[in-house]
Amino acid sequence: MSFSIIKAGLLDTIQDLGRNGFGNWGIPPGGAMDVYAAQVANLLVGNNRCEAVIEIHFPGPQILFEQNTMIAITGADFSPTVNDETIPRWQPVVVRKNTVLHFPTHVQGSRCYLSVHGGYCMKKWLNSFSTSLKAGAGGLNGTPLKKGDELPFNENTIYFAGLLKKEESNFEVLPWRVNSEKVYQFPHEIGVTPGHEWPLLTEASQAAFAENNFLIHPSSDRMGYQMKGNPLSLREPLELVSTAVSFGTVQLLPDGQLIVLMADHQTTGGYPRIAHVISAHLPKLAQLRPSDTIQFKWTNMEEAEHLLVSRKKELHILQRSCLDHLNEVVC
Amino acid sequence: MPVYIESYKFMNTCSIYPLGDSAMTLDLGNCIDDQLNSRALTIYDWLGAHPLEGITDRIVAYSSVSVFYDTTGIRNRTAVTEWLLEAWQRTDQIPKQSDGREISIPVCYEGEYAPDLEQVARHTGLAAAELVELHTSIEYRIYMIGFLPGFPYLGKLDRRLEVPRKARPVPVIAGGVGIAGMQTGVYPLNSPGGWQIIGRTPLRLFDRHAYPPILLRTGDRVRFYPVSTADFMAWKP
Repeated sequence: MSFSIIKAGLLDTIQDLGRNGFGNWGIPPGGAMDVYAAQVANLLVGNNRCEAVIEIHFPGPQILFEQNTMIAITGADFSPTVNDETIPRWQPVVVRKNTVLHFPTHVQGSRCYLSVHGGYCMKKWLNSFSTSLKAGAGGLNGTPLKKGDELPFNENTIYFAGLLKKEESNFEVLPWRVNSEKVYQFPHEIGVTPGHEWPLLTEASQAAFAENNFLIHPSSDRMGYQMKGNPLSLREPLELVSTAVSFGTVQLLPDGQLIVLMADHQTTGGYPRIAHVISAHLPKLAQLRPSDTIQFKWTNMEEAEHLLVSRKKELHILQRSCLDHLNEVVC
Repeated sequence: MPVYIESYKFMNTCSIYPLGDSAMTLDLGNCIDDQLNSRALTIYDWLGAHPLEGITDRIVAYSSVSVFYDTTGIRNRTAVTEWLLEAWQRTDQIPKQSDGREISIPVCYEGEYAPDLEQVARHTGLAAAELVELHTSIEYRIYMIGFLPGFPYLGKLDRRLEVPRKARPVPVIAGGVGIAGMQTGVYPLNSPGGWQIIGRTPLRLFDRHAYPPILLRTGDRVRFYPVSTADFMAWKP
């Protein structure tokens, strides 16, 4: 029971919802950049939302399915195909043994997620499947997936051959899907709440922060998005001792530019914390690409929390309805 | 323009503020100070002993403790603020703990293991032997672990060893012992780094196969001692 990587992509890693609880040892949380897409990928195929998924960047890998199984692809659109036939995203697909998944063209977004029914079967490191490239641990041997890697997944009890209706078909699309539009709408508007050092910016910089556009620099990666814009400045020089930082913290660098910390961020930092991207907008930020521009939008804390809580409720409902659908199909 | 939220502030000695919508920081003051760091550790321990449902992580830094939470597991920010405030109040009377363990770390301050030693000697006007003498003469405190898995921020350095960071980070080999400003630290992994590397330890500060995977903890007291290149090469863990 496994997937075989017949060609590696630019950066394919095993991720889950992150390695929480080890920040005091300096272990970064890591995890999927777009936790919404990662969770939905799992729920669609009947998994727990915390199972491992493959996070795929473009150009993507080529993957051979060594068994009949059920997969889902969410997140960015790299026009996935199975044996050269397009398959839908945000929808579960039963795939036939010995077919090949391929991502021929980039359409939109930055990273997509591939789940498998039952979940990938590998050892956790510090309570998480996530690959930490810095620590060389987690995921599959602590490295990105390589040609020749075999990704085992857990045994399942569903008779998938029965779901592949036509004998000649390579796959069968199952009839439930997720409309993710709302999560990614207004992609360039990124909600923020003020950071602790916000009041120390000059008035002109405070105004510029909300009014100007910022460009995502090509050097951005899973650790952080380097932003390019008119430099901002503090009212007076400030020496800060390091404190903890989080996924979404917007720091002011000494040259006046901003960095937004992403999933693989360091646990601590000493740059002024100007703002924090609201958790509900991290998925859409994770799907933006270098050279995209963003505009920061002030959001009040209550709204940020409300968005996050209702997102989690929606996922909970989705989980139940996916399991119901799955039961219907299998029975 | 945003409304800046400070959840709690007491006489400039303690403030509690949000770190985004899923974390909060209790800050005891922006400084490097043994007593404040010890208090932060005591608060960290109190929080661990009196857990609140929905808390996913706690991180202690120089003079602060941050907690991360799952918004759905906690009714609102007020609950976290009150919990942190209680931790601060309850730890007021707890005597200063005899922090951490005493740990000795062998360091080779020679040749290829000390690529920046000459540069530091020039900058400080000290001879290499004096640098080593000064660096090994102090018992350091680990104020926090951060930057890399298991990277200890140690202080305070002898003033005569104060050097600026490099303008640009360069590759540092695991075990590299660096100095910058009033601090010293040890790189647990191969990594880009901006500190001046004056030696290397044969000890492994990070081992992903071990549990716990890191050697040092916040609050530990560390002493460096010099070893020769031959000793370094013959070192068995």
